[in-house]
Amino acid sequence: MTDYTVGPVKLGLVIDLDTCVGCHACAVNCKEWNTAGHSAPLPDRDPYGADITGVWFNRIHTFEVDDGECGRTVHFPKSCLHCEAPACVEVCPTGASYKRVEDGIVLVNADTCIGCKLCSWACPYGAREFDDDAGVMKKCTLCVDRIYNRNLDEADRVPACVSTCPAHARHFGDLGDPNSAVSRLVAERGGYDLMPEQGYKPVNKYLPPRPGKIAGTGREMALTPAAPDTAGMFLRWVDRLLSR
Amino acid sequence: MAGDGGPSARSEVIDTSPTVHDEVKTTTCYMCACRCGIKVHLKNGKIRYIEGNKAHPVNRGVLCAKGSAGIMQHYSPARLTKPLKRIGERGSGEFQEIEWDEALALATQWLSRIRASDPKKLAFFTGRDQSQGLTGWWAAQFGTPNYAAHGGFCSVNMAAAGLYSIGGSFWEFGEADWERTKYFMMFGVAEDHDSNPIKIGLSKLKARGAKFVSVNPVRTGYSAIADEWVAIKPGTDGLFVFALIHELLKADAIDHDYLVRYTNAPWLVIDNPGQSDDGLFARDTAGHPLVWDAATDAPANAMLADIKPRLAGEYRLPDGRKARPSFHRLAERYLDPSYAPDAVAARCGVSTETMRRLAAELAEIAFKQPIVLNQPWTDWAGHRHETMIGRPIAMHAMRGISAHSNGFHTCRAIHVLQMLLGAIDTPGAFRYEAPFPRPCPPPGKPGGKTVTPNAALGGLPLGFPLGPEDLLIEEDGSARRIDKAFSWEAPLAVHGMMHMVIANAWKGDPYSIDTLFLYMANMAWNSAMNTAGTMTMLADKDESGAYKIPHIIYADAFFSETVAFADLVLPDTTYLERWDCISLLDRPIGNAEGPADAIRQPVVQPDRDVRPFQDVLIDLGARLKLPGFVTPDGTARYPGGYKDYIVNHERRPGIGPLAGWRGIDGDKQGRGEPNLDQLQRYIENGCFWKYELPHDQLYYKHANKAYLETATRFSFIDRPEPIVLQLYSETLQRFRLAAQGHGPVQPPEMHRQRVAAYFDPLPIWYEPFESAAVDTGAFPLRAITQRPMPMYHSWGSQNAWLRQILSTNSLYVNRRTAAQHGVKDGDWVWLTSHHARVKCQVKLMDGVEADTVWTWNAIGKRPGAWNLAPNSPEATRGFLLNHVISELLPERNGYRYANSDPVTGQAAWFDLRVSMKKCEPLETGETAPIFPAVVPPAGLPPRPDILRYGADLK
Repeated sequence: MTDYTVGPVKLGLVIDLDTCVGCHACAVNCKEWNTAGHSAPLPDRDPYGADITGVWFNRIHTFEVDDGECGRTVHFPKSCLHCEAPACVEVCPTGASYKRVEDGIVLVNADTCIGCKLCSWACPYGAREFDDDAGVMKKCTLCVDRIYNRNLDEADRVPACVSTCPAHARHFGDLGDPNSAVSRLVAERGGYDLMPEQGYKPVNKYLPPRPGKIAGTGREMALTPAAPDTAGMFLRWVDRLLSR
Repeated sequence: MAGDGGPSARSEVIDTSPTVHDEVKTTTCYMCACRCGIKVHLKNGKIRYIEGNKAHPVNRGVLCAKGSAGIMQHYSPARLTKPLKRIGERGSGEFQEIEWDEALALATQWLSRIRASDPKKLAFFTGRDQSQGLTGWWAAQFGTPNYAAHGGFCSVNMAAAGLYSIGGSFWEFGEADWERTKYFMMFGVAEDHDSNPIKIGLSKLKARGAKFVSVNPVRTGYSAIADEWVAIKPGTDGLFVFALIHELLKADAIDHDYLVRYTNAPWLVIDNPGQSDDGLFARDTAGHPLVWDAATDAPANAMLADIKPRLAGEYRLPDGRKARPSFHRLAERYLDPSYAPDAVAARCGVSTETMRRLAAELAEIAFKQPIVLNQPWTDWAGHRHETMIGRPIAMHAMRGISAHSNGFHTCRAIHVLQMLLGAIDTPGAFRYEAPFPRPCPPPGKPGGKTVTPNAALGGLPLGFPLGPEDLLIEEDGSARRIDKAFSWEAPLAVHGMMHMVIANAWKGDPYSIDTLFLYMANMAWNSAMNTAGTMTMLADKDESGAYKIPHIIYADAFFSETVAFADLVLPDTTYLERWDCISLLDRPIGNAEGPADAIRQPVVQPDRDVRPFQDVLIDLGARLKLPGFVTPDGTARYPGGYKDYIVNHERRPGIGPLAGWRGIDGDKQGRGEPNLDQLQRYIENGCFWKYELPHDQLYYKHANKAYLETATRFSFIDRPEPIVLQLYSETLQRFRLAAQGHGPVQPPEMHRQRVAAYFDPLPIWYEPFESAAVDTGAFPLRAITQRPMPMYHSWGSQNAWLRQILSTNSLYVNRRTAAQHGVKDGDWVWLTSHHARVKCQVKLMDGVEADTVWTWNAIGKRPGAWNLAPNSPEATRGFLLNHVISELLPERNGYRYANSDPVTGQAAWFDLRVSMKKCEPLETGETAPIFPAVVPPAGLPPRPDILRYGADLK
C-alpha cells in the first residue's frame, strides 16, 4: 500500500461529449507526442502484421444509447482521470505509481515499476497501458513534459490532445480552483464524474450533450398556406412589386 | 489516506522542460485533401512531432488523427525505393530495379512515339492529385485530351451542379458562416473533405446554440453530434428537398427580393413547345436576357440596374412569342401535389410531419430571425445598402449526394432551396470561399476538338461546355475521349470519368490506347468499380499475345495494389520530402474571408532513390520537348524542377502558381512578375499566403461591387460583372433541345431519349439507376460506405498507428432488419448485387436507416499489398464494396451505360443494391473474394516485429 498526498492544484481534462465527433485526433496526437516524450517509447507490436497491438494513453470508445429518434451515437475518449483517490497508487507495492503533490498528476516511475500490473487491475477505468517490451506500466502523463515546458510557446503548454482537438472538445486546467475556466465550464454545463459511486474522485470531468434544440419528437409545427390554391399563389406573385 | 500536503517521498525527478526539437519547419499536410498547415519538429535528423500551425487559415492549429500519424506515413515500409521495370507477366509483381536514367528514357521513348503519331493514345489519369494545375497543363502541352484526376469518382456532381448553378460549390469551395449561422443542415456523409474546418465549425455553432440537422442514412461521425438526425433512404434526398421547397412555396416563405436581385428567377423563358427556342431565355438583340418590367409593363434588359421585374405571369414578347419568368415555371413544378411531403414521405423514409416541421423551422429562422449587420456595401448596380441582411441557414453536402446517379440534380435542388431562402453568401448562410464565386459556369471549354501529332491541345483537357457544340464528339456522335467524358453519355463530365478509363481502353471503345499513365490512383483496387474485372483487364492480352493496354506507367510513393500491374514504376517521395504548391489555379484553400494558397517545402531529404513526381513530369516534358517545358532553343525551361516551375511559370502574364509575394520585389499580390525570393517569403510566413477581404466585401460576393473589383484584380473573374445565380439552367435546356431534334449537333438516336429526360433545366428526381434497373425485391437493401475520420482512402489503412483504430471493417446492419434476415451480431453474410458477391461480418446498430447497410470505405486490402503481412485483418476480414459494384449498368436495349450520373458522368457507387444472406457455417471467418497475395518489390524493407518509434528522440 502506498500513501499519497493531495494538494490544492488538481490539473485535469474536461471532455465535451456534445462536440466530440470521434475523429481520434486526440488519441493519435497523444501517441505521437508521447512516443518520444517522458514515457518514450509507446511501442507497437507486429505493426504491419496480423496481430497489431500498441500502447496508447488515450482511446476512443464508440457506442449507442437508446433507440428511436432520441438515440445517440456516443464517442467517448478515455485516458487516465488522475483520481484524487487513485486506487492504482494505493495498490502499488513499490511506490512506482504516485500522485504528484504539486499538481495532482498521477505518474509511474519507470525505474521502480516492476511490471506487476496490480495497478491496472485496480484502475476502475482501464486507463493503464502495459508496455510488455520494457516490462513497465505506462499511462497518460497529462503531458507533464509539455505543460511546463519552457522550450515551448506559452500557448502550446497544454496536453497534446487538447492542443490538437479539431472539435474543441477537450479543455485543460486546474479543477482545484473553482474560478478556473475549466471549473466554470464544468459548473455551467453540468460536468460530471465518471462512475462517482466508486469513490475514486476522478479529476477529469465529462460534459454531457447540450439539450437538443428541437428534439425530433413532440413538436408539431407546419407552415400555413399563403393562398387557398395554386392559382391564388400565382396571383400573389404576379401582383408583387419588386425592385432591384 | 491523503497526507499532510508535504512532498511525496517517492516523486521522481522529472525533466518538465525537455528539448523538443533541433529545428521546426512549417509545411502543408497531405494526409488527406484538407491541406492543413503543419509544424514539423525535427530532432537528430528525424521527425519528432507534427502539429497544427496555429497561424494557418485552414486548421488554425488543430490537426486530425491522419495528420498526427504523418510520422508513420513517412517512415512506412510500404514506401517504394527505386524505379522498377516489369520482368514477369503483368500482375505478377516481378520487377527489376532500374536507374532513373533508364526509367526516364523508357518513358520518353513510349511517349514520344505516341505524341508523333496520335497523342490521344496517351491516357494520363491522376488520383487524389493536389498538383492538377501542373498535370492538366502537362497533358495539354502533350496534346492529349485524355486527362483527368480523381474527381469523376468523387465529387463532380457537387462541383458541376454548384458551378453551373451558383458559380461555387459545397465540397471545398464554400463553407457555412460558422460564426453566425443559426441552423445548419448537412446532407449525407461529408467527413472526407474540408474535415478540420468542418469540425472546428461544428464546435463553434454548437457552442452558440445553433441547430444542426443531419440528413443521412447513418448516424456516425458528424451525424453523431447532430441535434436532429433525419434517417433518410439513400438516393432520395432530392425528393426530400422538393418537399421542403413545396412547403416553402405554398406558404410564400421565400426571399422575393433576393430572387429578383441575384438570381435568374425573373428572367423570361420562352414558351414555344416543339420549337427550337422553347425553354431558352428571351433575349434582346444584343443578347441580354429579358425580364418583364412592372414599371413600364414591357420587357427590359435583365441586367439593367433600375427595373421592377415580375416574378410570375405570362407575357407576350414584341415578336408575339409567349414567355414566363423562370420562377413561374419553377413554382408551377414544385407546387404540384406530387412533391408534397405526404407524397414523398414513404419513398424518403422520413415522416410527413418531420418534413413539414423542418420546412417551418427553415422559414422561421430565415424570415423571423434574420441577421442584420450594420455594414454598408454597394451592389454591382451601384446601389448603396446600409446593412447586410442574412438568412442564417447554412447547408452542406458532399459524398452522400455526389455518388448517386441522380446526384447532379439533387445537388442542384439543394442550391435552389438555398436560393429561395436567400441563403447564399449572406450573413449566417453558406458562403463562397475565394476564388469563388466565378461565372456560372466558369469560362474555358474542354480542349480536344482537334488532336494533332506533335502539337499542344487547344485549351486544357477539362472545361465547362455551354451546349452541344462544345462536346468532344466525332461526326457520328461517338466519344472523342477514352473515358467518354463530354460525350452524349456524360455531357457535363467536367472532372472526366476515371472509373471508365481501364474498361474502355481494354475494350478499345471508342478506340485503343497505347499507354496508360497513372499517378497515385489506386485503380486496381479501391479506386475502381468491379475490382476483379479491372485487374483482369489490366493484365489481359489479345490473340497475338500482346497486352490489350500495351503500356502502363505508374507513379506512386507506396506499394499500392496497382503497382503490380505497371510495366514501369516511378517512385514518388512522401509529402515531407518535396516542394509543392496548393495553387489558386488548382484546388484553392481560400475561405470566405479571402483567398489563400500554400506551399510544401522538403522538411527531410529522401533516403531512397525516389523523385518527386512533379519533378519527373517536368523532366519528361523537357525530354519530350513539349511546348512550355522547353525554351525556344530546346533546353529545359524549368531545370530546377517543380520548385523552379512554382516560382517562374506564368499561365498568363503575371499569373503563376502562387499568388503571394509576386513582383520583382515581392510587393505584389495576385498578379505580378515572378519573384525569385517567393518561396523564401512563403517559408518565412509559415508556408502560406492569405489575403483578408475588407469587411464590406465579406458577403453578397456574387453581386458586391467592391468584391467583384477585387476578384477581377486577382484574376478570379475577367470583369467586375455580377454573377447571376442560375435557378433555371439554360445550358441544360440547350442539350435537351438538341435531343428534341433542334440544332446542328444532335445526339445519336440511341442517346436521344436519355438526354431529353435528364437535361431538365429545373432540378428533377428519379430513382437511382441501379434501383430502377434491378429487381428490388431480389436486392432489397441499399449499400453505402462512410468515411472513417482517421483514414484517407487506402493510405490510412496501411499506417501503423491508424490501422490500430480500424484494421478491419464490418457490415453495419439495423437491428430490426437483421432480425428479419435471421442475422445476429458477429454473423458472416454474403452480400450479393446484380454484379457479384462479397462476404463480410455483421455488426448490429440502431443508428442506420432500416433498408440501408453500410461499411467503412477503403479498409480492405489485397494480401501483401502495402507491405502488410498477407494474413493481416485488412486482407483476411476487411472488404471493399467495390467488389460488388459494376462499372456498367445492366443491359438495356442492347447497351450498357456507365454506372454514372447521366449529366456529369459521376461514378454512382452509392446506388448499390444488395441482398444479404447468412453464410453456411463452414464459410465463416474470412472475407471473399480474396485475391492471390502480391509480393513486395525487392527494395522494400522487411516488416519490423516491433516499432519503438521515438525511443531515441526522448
